[in-house]
Amino acid sequence: MEKIYVTSEGLNPQACIDQVRDDGSGGLVTFIGNVRNKTKNKTVHYLEFEAYEPMAIKEMQKIAEQAISKWKLYDMAIHHRIGKVPTGEEAVVITCSSAHRKASFEACEYAIDTLKETVPIWKKEVFEDGETWVSAHP
Amino acid sequence: MKITAFGIAKDIVGGKRIELETSGNQLSQVREALTNTYPDFEKLKSLKFAVNTEYVADDYELKENDEVVLIPPVSGG
Repeated sequence: MEKIYVTSEGLNPQACIDQVRDDGSGGLVTFIGNVRNKTKNKTVHYLEFEAYEPMAIKEMQKIAEQAISKWKLYDMAIHHRIGKVPTGEEAVVITCSSAHRKASFEACEYAIDTLKETVPIWKKEVFEDGETWVSAHP
Repeated sequence: MKITAFGIAKDIVGGKRIELETSGNQLSQVREALTNTYPDFEKLKSLKFAVNTEYVADDYELKENDEVVLIPPVSGG
């Protein structure tokens, strides 16, 4: 399994953790982005993710490379789900490991924040009475 | 010129791939043609372009066989 990938299958957080384990690491941080069941009091049925896959992979690789070099991580893995994702399930899992915990906490936050700004993946919220592309309009 | 669209851009142009007439090969001219043909692009928070899977600025000069992709505001995670 690649450390950076997108898939239409359900994500496995433990697999993402196992990919970055290192005996020299004293701190491993995991971020899991789940599908919320509500947005502004409206019930969300499910999310539909679309990706420009080759570029999404490249941009996620850039994030991991930058994080590994800046925080001297042992490793980082990013798994992103695409297609239809039901509420409660994982949309993204990011893991990273470092000698001490502070570096991993910071690197993981950097990774999810940057992913939301640069990685060409789009999320559509599907409600009972319609659907919206998230963040498309100001 | 052939252009690929994702997310809300796909809904605005009415398909995944479109053929667009432009006045030249600079991306700024593609943007101009796009917003003239599909005014809804002006309502978006942003519209970026990727060429051959990399973000490029509007002064980019397109070459033959470049893969042009419309990147509306992303919302992964």
